[in-house]
Amino acid sequence: MKLVIGIVRPEKANDVLEALYRAEVRGVSMSRVQGHGGELDRVETYRGTTVKMGLADKTRFEIAVSDEFVQTTVEALCDGARTGDVGDGKIFVVPLEQAVRIRTGESDQAAVTPVSQ
Amino acid sequence: MIGLPVAAAAAEIDTGDTAWMLVATALVLMMTPALGLFYAGLVRSKNTLNTFMMCIGAIAVAGVVWALVGYSLAFDGAGSLIGGLDYVGLHDVTFVPREGTTIPHLLFMAFQATFCIITAALVSGAVVERMRFGPFLVFVALWSILVYSVLAHWSFGGGWLASGGTLDFAGGIPVEMGSGFSALAAALVVGQRKDYGRQALLPHNAMYVLLGAGLLWFGWFGFNGGSGFSTGNPSVLAFVNTLLTPACSLVVWFALDLIRGRKVTAIGAATAIIVGCVLITPAGAFISPGWAMVLGAVGALPCYAMIVWRPRTRVDETLDVLAAHGVAGFTGILFIGFFASLAWNGVSDGLFFGDASQLGDQALAALVTPLYAFGMTYALLRVMGLFASLRSSEHEEAVGMDFIQHGEEAYASGEGAILVVPDADGEALVAEPG
Repeated sequence: MKLVIGIVRPEKANDVLEALYRAEVRGVSMSRVQGHGGELDRVETYRGTTVKMGLADKTRFEIAVSDEFVQTTVEALCDGARTGDVGDGKIFVVPLEQAVRIRTGESDQAAVTPVSQ
Repeated sequence: MIGLPVAAAAAEIDTGDTAWMLVATALVLMMTPALGLFYAGLVRSKNTLNTFMMCIGAIAVAGVVWALVGYSLAFDGAGSLIGGLDYVGLHDVTFVPREGTTIPHLLFMAFQATFCIITAALVSGAVVERMRFGPFLVFVALWSILVYSVLAHWSFGGGWLASGGTLDFAGGIPVEMGSGFSALAAALVVGQRKDYGRQALLPHNAMYVLLGAGLLWFGWFGFNGGSGFSTGNPSVLAFVNTLLTPACSLVVWFALDLIRGRKVTAIGAATAIIVGCVLITPAGAFISPGWAMVLGAVGALPCYAMIVWRPRTRVDETLDVLAAHGVAGFTGILFIGFFASLAWNGVSDGLFFGDASQLGDQALAALVTPLYAFGMTYALLRVMGLFASLRSSEHEEAVGMDFIQHGEEAYASGEGAILVVPDADGEALVAEPG
C-alpha cells in the first residue's frame, strides 16, 4: 500500500482527474496549496505596488492505492499534468502503514479497493 | 417621440423632464458595471477581472467614440441609412433641445451614449475567457460606429425603419437584437474556449450574478422610463411595465425550472430578470400593462428553450447574449405588431386590435436587424483577425485572463508575495524578507 501525492498546476487539475478516471483509479482527495518549484516568478501590480508572487497556486492530489496500482496512478498523474514547462509539479510515493474505511471498518487492502457497484 | 407636446418646435426646456433625464442617464450608465458583475459571476474565478474590465473598457472606448462620431452618425439629420457629420465632436450639441424634446440636447446625447456603451459591453458576453483585451477595445470602437450607430439611426434617429413606421420604444432593434446577433457572430469568429464541451465550465460566484441582475433591473427603470425623454404618460407606462414584465418572466422561469429539474435555480432567476427587462424594452409604452404581463410570461418560453439548447451545440456563445437579448428583443419587437394598443400609446394598434400593417413594419425590423448585426460583426472581426490574433493562446487561456491580460488576480491572498521596490537608479529591487 502506498500513498501517491501529486502536486500539479491548478489549470491541469481537470486533466489529471480525467486521466485518473480513465486509468480506473478511484478514491481521490484534492486540495489547493501554494508552493514554489523553481518556475519563473509571476509579477503583478496593484496600484503603485509591484509584487513577485513567490508562491504559485498548486493543486495537491492524494491517492491511497495498493502496490500494483502505483505505476498506473503515477502515469495518469504525469499524463494529465504535463505541459513541458518548469512548474509542472512533483509526484511523491510514500509507504502507507494503515488504511481504514470508516463506513465498514475494513482495513488496509480492502479499504483502498474501490467499492464495486 | 410619442405623446410629446406638438409645439415642440418652440424648443422649450421642461425642468421636470430634465431632472428625470439626468437621473435616468445615471441609472443607465450604472447598468454597465452591473452587467460587469453579472458576467463576472458567470465565468471562472481566474477570468473575473478581465470579464468585468470588458464592461469598463466599453464605457471608456464606446463613450469616447460616441462623443466624437457615433452620436452624429446616429442622430444627425433624417438620412435613410445613416446620419450626417454635423454633430462630430459634439459640434452644435448645446443646451437647445432637439426638435420634439424638452430636455437639453447635450443631455439627450449623454443619455444615448449610455445606450451605446451598454450595448457594446453586452457583446463581450460571447467572447469572455479567451478574447485578448486590446483587440476587444479596438472591436468596441469600430463596432459602435459600424453596427450600433447605424441601427440606432434606423430605429431612433429618423432612419428608414423609424420613418417607415416600425415602433421600438427603448432599443429592441439597436440594443437587444443588435447585441444578441452580433454576439453570435463574435462567438463564431473568435471560436470556442479550449475546454468547451470537454470540461464543466461553471459560474464561480452566483451572488455576483444575482446582484448584477438586480442592479441591471434597477437601472432598466432609467433605460425604459427615460426613453420617453419626459415625465409624461409614455414614460410612466414604460416604467411600470418594466416592473410587471420581468416579474411575470420570473414566475414562468420558476415553473420551467421546476418542470425541467424539479428545483427553482438562482442563476435561472437572474437570467429571467434580464430576459423580462429585454422583452419589455421595445414594447415599453406601446402595450397595456396587462399585455406587458402576457409578454413577460409568453416571451420567456423561446429564451428558455434557447438557453437549454445552445450549450448542446458547438457554438460557445459563452454567456448566452443571443438567447437573453437577441431572442427576447426579437420577441418584443414582434409582440408590438400584435398587441400594440392605440388607447394606451396614442400611436398605433397592432393586429389583435385590428391593424395588420403594424405587424408588417415590426416583422421587417425583426428580419433586417439580425441580418445586418450578424453580417457586419462577422465581417468586422474577420478583417480584424487578418491584422492581429483575436484570442489568447491555449496556455494563456489555461492560466487565466486576469493574470495574462491585466497582471492582477481578483482574489489575491497576498501570501507569498514579495514586494518589489525600485532603488535609486530605478532598478527593481526585491525587498529582503523579514
